Amino acid sequence: MNGYSKMKRIKKLGQAKKETKKIREEKLEEFEGFVSGHNACAGCGAAIAMRHIARVAGRNSIISIATGCMEVVSTSYPLTAWKLPLIHSAFENAAATASGIDAALRHLNKKTNVIAIAGDGGTFDIGFQALSGAIERNQNFLFICYDNEAYMNTGIQRSGSTPRFTETTTSPYGRVLHGKLEWKKQMPFIVAAHGCYSATASIAFLSDFHAKIKKALAIPGPKFISVLAPCTIGWKIQNSDAIEISRLAVQTGIFPLYEVENGTVKLNFDIKSRPVSEYLKRQGRFEHLNDREIREVQKKVDEIYGRIKNLSNLQIKIF
Amino acid sequence: MQIKSGRAGNKDARKMIECSEAIAEATALCKPAVVATYPITPQTHIVEMLAKMHSEGRVNSEIINVESEHSAMSACIGAEACGVRTFTASSSQGIALMSEMLFIASGMRLPIVMAVANRALSAPINIWNDHSDTMAQRDAGWLQFYCENAQEAYDSIIQAYKISEQKDIMLPSMVCVDGFTLSHLWEPVKMLSQADVDSFLPVYNPLYKLDSEIPVTMGALAYPNTYMHFKKQQQDAMLNAVEVIKKTNLEFGKRFSRIYGNGMIETYKIEDAKEAIVAMGSVCSTARIVIDRLRQKGRKIGLIKIRAFRPFPNEELKKIAGKIEKIAVIDRAISLGNSGPLFIEIKATLPKSHINNFIVGLGGRDISENIIESIVKKIGQKQEIEWVF
Repeated sequence: MNGYSKMKRIKKLGQAKKETKKIREEKLEEFEGFVSGHNACAGCGAAIAMRHIARVAGRNSIISIATGCMEVVSTSYPLTAWKLPLIHSAFENAAATASGIDAALRHLNKKTNVIAIAGDGGTFDIGFQALSGAIERNQNFLFICYDNEAYMNTGIQRSGSTPRFTETTTSPYGRVLHGKLEWKKQMPFIVAAHGCYSATASIAFLSDFHAKIKKALAIPGPKFISVLAPCTIGWKIQNSDAIEISRLAVQTGIFPLYEVENGTVKLNFDIKSRPVSEYLKRQGRFEHLNDREIREVQKKVDEIYGRIKNLSNLQIKIF
Repeated sequence: MQIKSGRAGNKDARKMIECSEAIAEATALCKPAVVATYPITPQTHIVEMLAKMHSEGRVNSEIINVESEHSAMSACIGAEACGVRTFTASSSQGIALMSEMLFIASGMRLPIVMAVANRALSAPINIWNDHSDTMAQRDAGWLQFYCENAQEAYDSIIQAYKISEQKDIMLPSMVCVDGFTLSHLWEPVKMLSQADVDSFLPVYNPLYKLDSEIPVTMGALAYPNTYMHFKKQQQDAMLNAVEVIKKTNLEFGKRFSRIYGNGMIETYKIEDAKEAIVAMGSVCSTARIVIDRLRQKGRKIGLIKIRAFRPFPNEELKKIAGKIEKIAVIDRAISLGNSGPLFIEIKATLPKSHINNFIVGLGGRDISENIIESIVKKIGQKQEIEWVF
């Protein structure tokens, strides 16, 4: 062994030691911003998402949360599950409230993460205008939608995010109609069309979720992440199933993990390997689906997944 | 020290200015950190002026050009929660759209100040003045000031910040001017300097704010065991505001030689009056002219101007109403199915007086001296509520 390679080895070793120390320090500093004691249902997917958002965002963050499950379960006066400064004002305005916070911080010359959190109702439906406006104004904030595919807090009513054929209390299964008639709104693409960073995430792929939050927070201006958050009650699944169902959603291609950055699509995991029936049959909200309907869902999923994959392969700037 | 009325005063330092611009100038002197702007007639000139001042570097505020009035108030709530001063302005449908957030701003005890150019509500759509927009927000928990002229609007903005931001009040304020009739009126206004306002209005520093150093949860969910306590505290704060409004008015008067009655109400020739007109806003100036004319003919009539509609001047009215036999309440709004909203309140405060209600000037219909005279002729008549077209 010559002197040079020995030096190199020692240097590498030193670096590795330093890195281990850094990781250890980071672990020691690991911060929990959304803590136990909240009133979310056992096995709630959204609560898992909250914990990871708060943990990755860290202490130097302000949360603007929309009315909905996560607000209701975490802020019962005089208790709070948040160790981060948090404001809730109404249902449709998480992004508008965040805009005000962003402006105030700019005036105070403070560099703090501003994170707006809303469910799919507060994002796809009633919160859409405020979200679109805030992005158009180039406000510096990250909007995270915990997508449980219906109005769960009010007792499972259909939203613009609810997939076709889903049974909800306002799209019930009957002799004539089999659940919701319409397909799910393609929200991450709609947001991406504003020209900002937009991504999907899953609580079954945590390192990917963490990386996306970190990446988004480092980008100046508006950012959007939609995280699938299974609702045990609304989806009629076992309390222990949220993670597994989330994983199946990615593996069946129903909820692919992708990013749109600088107008270009990137499919993070091309792992669509299972038929949608495996995902659908695990959930009570889809139990009424017949073979024809399952085939229809499969066709739609193949079509959308194929399009995302194509865009990802071609690397064309679409927005 | 003698304090002159808002309409008198030193003519030397006056500037000919549109009322909307006067409001924008006063706002700039209060140095709000965040201003949310959204256009709606007849308020638009106010935010246009602020945007212009911002582009010229005259104000240091962050301007957010929101996409709706709902978001305007939401943005003010978010910013004010960070512990900074905010401002917005609106009218009519805009006030109706942000109504949800008005209740939340006061419930969260955020002392936002909003200028309102009062305008009729749809339908039928109408862009002209009446008070139906802010009367519909009577119970929103905002302090409401109705101004008679541009000078009062200018002064009231500065007073509103001081009143709202008091620790035992912490409630938002609306400073209302009659749309077009006043908002677009050019008048001589005596301007204050930055040093004047800085010495009058302390720096805003709330007890609680969104700060990553000291995390707090704002806008929590209150169960039935606590909700009522929050509302009681809001009501207590509203009632505290009565004395603070009076004190602030007096302090303002002592410093800048302009005073508006006792802050809650302003009276004109009421000392020996047997009859009184009760009104709000710009119509009071017309009433003063008519009263002068009738006084020359020997009629003992005076004016009670309601300056603060919320909190309502109950005690102040009771104090002066003793000798007044007949009252005419002029309402520029109608609570459909009952009577004018101001009349309902006055009647509840003065149950023993003979009070007539006149519904006038809806949707910008002109209120001329002739109309006021015809109202005065009908004071004391049997018919309680009358629409004067």
